[in-house]
Amino acid sequence: MNPLQKVVEKTGWPRLIIGLFLLSLFIIAPFAGVKISTSLNDTLVRFGMNGILVLAMVPMIHSGCGLNFGLPLGIIAGLLGGTLSMQLGATGPMSFFIAILLATPFAVIFGWGYGALLNRVKGGEMMIATYVGFSSVAFMCIMWLLLPYNNPTMIWGYGGTGLRTTISVEGYYLHALSDFLAIRIGDFVFPTGMILFVLLLNFLVWVFMRTRTGTAMTAVGSNPVFAKASGVNIDRTRTISVILSTWLGAIGILVYQQSFGFIQLYMGPFYMAFPAVAAILIGGASVNKASILNVLIGAFLFQGILTMTPSVMNSLIQTDMSEVIRIIVSNGMIIYALTRVKKGAK
Amino acid sequence: MKKPDRKSVIFFLESNAVPILFLIIISIGVPYSGFSVDYLVQEIIIRLSRNSFLVLSLLVPIMAGMGLNFGMVLGAMAGQIGLIFVTNWNIVGLQGIGLAMILSIPLSILLGWMSGKILNMAKGREMVTGFILAFFMNGVYQLVVLYGMGSIIPIGNPSMVLSRGYGIRNTVNLINIRQTLDSLIPLKIGNIQIPVATFMVIALVCLFIVWFRKTKLGQDMRAIGQDMHVAESAGINVERTRIIAIIISTVLAGFGMILYLQNIGTLNTYNSHEQVGMFSIAALLVGGASVNKGKISHAFLGVTLFHLMFVISPMAGKNLIGQAQLGEYFRVFVSYGVISIALVLYAYRKLKEKERAGTALAEAQEEK
Repeated sequence: MNPLQKVVEKTGWPRLIIGLFLLSLFIIAPFAGVKISTSLNDTLVRFGMNGILVLAMVPMIHSGCGLNFGLPLGIIAGLLGGTLSMQLGATGPMSFFIAILLATPFAVIFGWGYGALLNRVKGGEMMIATYVGFSSVAFMCIMWLLLPYNNPTMIWGYGGTGLRTTISVEGYYLHALSDFLAIRIGDFVFPTGMILFVLLLNFLVWVFMRTRTGTAMTAVGSNPVFAKASGVNIDRTRTISVILSTWLGAIGILVYQQSFGFIQLYMGPFYMAFPAVAAILIGGASVNKASILNVLIGAFLFQGILTMTPSVMNSLIQTDMSEVIRIIVSNGMIIYALTRVKKGAK
Repeated sequence: MKKPDRKSVIFFLESNAVPILFLIIISIGVPYSGFSVDYLVQEIIIRLSRNSFLVLSLLVPIMAGMGLNFGMVLGAMAGQIGLIFVTNWNIVGLQGIGLAMILSIPLSILLGWMSGKILNMAKGREMVTGFILAFFMNGVYQLVVLYGMGSIIPIGNPSMVLSRGYGIRNTVNLINIRQTLDSLIPLKIGNIQIPVATFMVIALVCLFIVWFRKTKLGQDMRAIGQDMHVAESAGINVERTRIIAIIISTVLAGFGMILYLQNIGTLNTYNSHEQVGMFSIAALLVGGASVNKGKISHAFLGVTLFHLMFVISPMAGKNLIGQAQLGEYFRVFVSYGVISIALVLYAYRKLKEKERAGTALAEAQEEK
């Protein structure tokens, strides 16, 4: 096997194609009249927005629970935190931290229940996780209508009950992180605070994975029998990983909202797990192996493609095929990962 | 015959928990919805004729132990492409339906073969893989229909093409074939119309499934469904048989989609197929089927109960709490909830069985 083949083997064809595709987009961009500075800026912003949602995959992959298709559950915890923080009248950047604080108990409770469920269905986690995510979003659709929120910026103008489908966070935690220490060069804005926050959480998870509990998690994921023999409580470790993933999902959506500017309720979180799953897989993770590096590379590559394709394609062939490309790239990547699982590796 | 004791009653309740739960929900909801009996009966008959075929297409892969075929959406896409061509060529009536079905067959076989190949690479994860595969192929479908048709694939009928010159419009009017099969043999009992011909087609597919179970291939599939490794050592070509199971399901789903759309009369080019998988699977599960067990009776009972809930829940929600929206969210929640419960129960039982087998093995070894 020559060295080139080895590299291809190691990175895998789909990842290589996607990497080359993004590279070619960046090369074509100036000729197509797309400003590199704006696209790079957009890529960075979206990297920050989605970075933690992608990170939320890591603990569960480590403990052998597979890809966290149940991410919407964590997102719901984040939505509850965000809306409660607004309801309680917190304003400005402070409301962001209160939102995280309020989201935490929900994330822990949801994650605990979700983890307990996944422990009873070992081997079928991913399909069930998907449907746990879907059903919880559908259930919360009912709750958003019924819960007694009454902050006038959040509820429907007429009728006076039920939360709106999109709620602006302006005056609350809009750009709470993004504007912190932001560096402006012309129209290029570097969202320092957000990027730092993402990197910080990534670092914390990296550290956590090297603690006693973190190592136990990896052991449970790679060889449950061995882990049990060395005295690790498998179910407990898996539950912790699910709680951590859920909590990261909750924070992830808050970071997303503070940059995006809106809280999206009802069916908003429905499909949010799939881009995050695709991103970490593009970054080089597999169904049972993931590192922080996979998160960072994956989030950047995937978001890079999402921002670059519409602008470049639009100016080249005057059609926006980005939606189709997004569907094919992200789901193709997930299928590739699912078909690569070794039989005995469970 | 033994008398039914308490244990068997509990067993009956346990194994039919989902249909019983649905019966309770519906019996509470029907009075609140305020619909007349005639209306509800008519609705059920329409929906049985519309959806049964699609639901029946799920049975073969269940038999082969491949779980719920979320990839049936691929067949639905093939059916839709058949309909697009038939509408484009302006072929009217039954010939149109027939030709659309014929056109869908090679496409369904190709998609089913591909799907089967991929599912063979992901044994033990068939469902989640099929589920994502449906999303993936939706992208390919959009690529073909939204960008390929009218530019590479000639579409002569300008009313179907988007104003920019290529790509099919969001809705295609199927006026040419609309309810031609349903109204072929008209029958009216009281105020209720019965689409006899459609039910005859559905009866045919039921006969096919009953017959197929008895063939050599059907027996092979059941053997694989019981235990893949035993089947393999018994000389059954597991991979090939599994691919055939998926191909049959995909082809039937394509036919089912054509029947479904001929009843509705308009094709939502980019949405019609998306929900079909979820609703069909939920309906089958509501009827009492599970991941490894599916009968024809489950399909009919499921379509009846599931769609009855669908019909009544917005009105019941409005009359009960004052918000129709709430009823709509409720039915979405129930559809996903039912699938979740069925998946959890199945995975839980499988894990328990595995543990039991493990302990039995350990005990047997200790005895030696």
